[in-house]
Amino acid sequence: MFFLIKYLIRLWRRRQQPQQPAETEPEASSREPRTRARRVAPAGPSAAARGPLAVLAHELRYDLKTSLRNPRARFVTFLFPVLLLVIFNSAFGGGHTNIAGQQITLARFYVPGIMTLSIVMGSYGMLVQSITVLRETGVLKRRRATPVPPGILIAGQALTTVVTVGITVAILLAVAKVGYGIGFAPGAIAAIACTGVLATLACACVGFLVSSLIGSPEAAMPVVQATMLPLWFLSGVFIPMSNLSAGLRAVGDAFPVEHAANSLHLASVSSSFGGALDGTDLLVLAAWALGAAALAAWRFSWLPSTAKA
Amino acid sequence: MLTNNLDAAVAQRHAATSQAHDGGAEPVISIRGLHKRYGDTEAVRGIDLEIHRGEIFAFLGPNGAGKTTTVEILEGFRRATSGEVEVLGHNPWRAPGSWRERIGIVLQESEAEPGLTVRECLELYAGYYREPRDVDETLELVDLAAQDDQRASALSGGQRRRLDVALALIGDPELLFLDEPTTGFDPSARRAAWDVISGLRDLGKTVFLTTHYMEEAERLADRIAVIAAGQIVAQGTPQTLGGRQFEATQITFTPPVGASASDLPAAIAERAQPQPDGRVLLASTTVAADLHLLSGWALEWGLELDDIEVARPTLEDVYLQLTRESHDQHRS
Repeated sequence: MFFLIKYLIRLWRRRQQPQQPAETEPEASSREPRTRARRVAPAGPSAAARGPLAVLAHELRYDLKTSLRNPRARFVTFLFPVLLLVIFNSAFGGGHTNIAGQQITLARFYVPGIMTLSIVMGSYGMLVQSITVLRETGVLKRRRATPVPPGILIAGQALTTVVTVGITVAILLAVAKVGYGIGFAPGAIAAIACTGVLATLACACVGFLVSSLIGSPEAAMPVVQATMLPLWFLSGVFIPMSNLSAGLRAVGDAFPVEHAANSLHLASVSSSFGGALDGTDLLVLAAWALGAAALAAWRFSWLPSTAKA
Repeated sequence: MLTNNLDAAVAQRHAATSQAHDGGAEPVISIRGLHKRYGDTEAVRGIDLEIHRGEIFAFLGPNGAGKTTTVEILEGFRRATSGEVEVLGHNPWRAPGSWRERIGIVLQESEAEPGLTVRECLELYAGYYREPRDVDETLELVDLAAQDDQRASALSGGQRRRLDVALALIGDPELLFLDEPTTGFDPSARRAAWDVISGLRDLGKTVFLTTHYMEEAERLADRIAVIAAGQIVAQGTPQTLGGRQFEATQITFTPPVGASASDLPAAIAERAQPQPDGRVLLASTTVAADLHLLSGWALEWGLELDDIEVARPTLEDVYLQLTRESHDQHRS
C-alpha cells in the first residue's frame, strides 16, 4: 500500500517538474538587479511567494510525508482497521442484525463500523498524539516562529488526517468487496465520502481541543484510549445500536462517533446518495466540529506547557 | 570549520548588507520599562535595553531570572504586561506576518521535524518564506551538506543544533534569536557552534543570544546584559561588565625559600596577603609597576618566581557576584 502511495507521489512530482522551468523563466526575465533574487532556489519561487494555497499544498505534502513515515501511525491508521475487519468477520460475520429496517449479515454491519473506527483513530487518535508531541518538543513553536500563517499549519494537520483516513476507508471498501463480496452502490460511496470528510474534520477538531488539555506526550496515549474505547461499544461500531438499552443509546447519541457510524451504516443498506445520508447526523457532526474548533482556538497553545518563566 | 563557505557567503552578501549597514546606530531592538506578570509573580520588573544592527548581544542570567520570558516577548510569543517593545520597528505581539520574514529563531529546546531528512526540513521551512536562502548553500554554511539525506532525528546533538541554526537562517533573517544554543554540548561541539555564531556576525546579522556560559558570552558578544530577578543588574562589553576593568588584578606567587612576605619591597609588602597554601596574593591596580618591582626584587636577590600568576577577575566571578547581590537584595 505504501509503495503505491509513494509511487503516486512520485508520479505527481514528475508531473510537477516539467512545469517548473516555465515558472522560473518569467521570474528570471523580470529579475531586478537585486542580490536577493539570485538566492531564490533553482526550483522556482518558494511556496510562500506563490500564495496561500501553494503554502497549504506545501505544508500538506510535508505533513503527509511525516505521517506516512511514522511506523506506529502506519500500523494504527492503515493496518489495524483491516485486521479488525478480518477478525470480526471471521469470528462473528455469519450473524444477522437490522439496519434501517433491513436485515443484513454482521459481515456487512462491520464494514461501516470499522470504517467509523478508522476515521476516529486516524483523525482524533493521531492528532491528539502528534499535536501533543509536536508542541511539547518545540516543533510547533519553531514553525510558528516563521511567517507561515497559523491557520495553514492547523489546516495542514487536519487535511493530512483527511487524506490518510480517505486511504484507509478506500482500503476497507476494497477488502470488503474483494474479501467478502460486500459491495456498495456508487451513490452510497459518494455519501460515505461526504460523511467521512465531515466526521474526520469533526474528530480532528476534537483532537486539537483534547491535545490542548494534555500536558505531556506520555499522557496522550492513555487519554486517547480511555476516550475512544467506551465509544466503540456505545456508537454502533462493534455492537449494533439496537442491542443497547435506551439509556446507553442516549449516551452514545451525544457523541459524534455514533452519528458518523449511523450515516455510514445507512450507506451500507441504501443505493442512493440521499438515502445514505442523515441530516441530523450531519448537523451533529458539524456542530461538534464548530464547537470543538472554537474551544480549541481559545485553548490552543504553540508553546510547550513545560516552558519556564 | 566553515570559513571557506563563509567567505563565499560573505562575499555574496556584501553588496546587499553594505546598504543596510549605512543605517548606522538605528536600534534593531528597543525595550523600555518592560514588565511581565504571571498572576501574582512578576517575572520581568522594568527592563530597558537597546540592541543595534550588526552586533552580537548576550543576555545572561540564572534560570528563572526572566531571561526566557523576555526573549519570548521579543519573539512575539508572549504579550508584555506593560512597557514598550519594538523589534525591527514593530511591536512583536501585533507584528504582521511579514515581520517574521525578517527574524530567525533557534529555540532552547526543540527537536527535529519527525520523519524528515535534513534537506526536507530545510525545504519545508524554505517554503514558509517569500525569499528564502538557497537550501544547498545554507547546508554548506552550517557544514551539514554531507548529512543532507539523513533523517534529522538521527543527527548527533551538535549536528542537530547546526540544523536548528540552518532552519533559523533559511529565511535569510536580519535578526537572530539564539536561546542557549550550546547547552548540553561537549567542548568540541561548543567550539564548532561558536564558529557558526561568530560567522553570523560576518554575514551582517544581528544576534540576540542567551546563555549560561560566561566563556561563551566573553568569546562571542559585543555587549552583555545580566538579568537577575527580573531586572538588568549590569550592562557593558565583556571587558567592562560590572566595572570589571576597575577591579584589582590578582598577582599570586610563592615566596622563594627563606624569604617571607615581610622581605618584599616596602611598596608591595603592605598589600601582600599571605594565603593558607603558603603563597602570597597581591591585589594590584598598577600591574606593570608592581610586576617591575617584584621582578627587580627577585633579580636583586638572585631568586626565581616559578609559579607567578597574573589574573583579572573572570567574567564568571563578576557574574556570580552580580547575580548573588541581586538575589540577596531580593531576600531582604
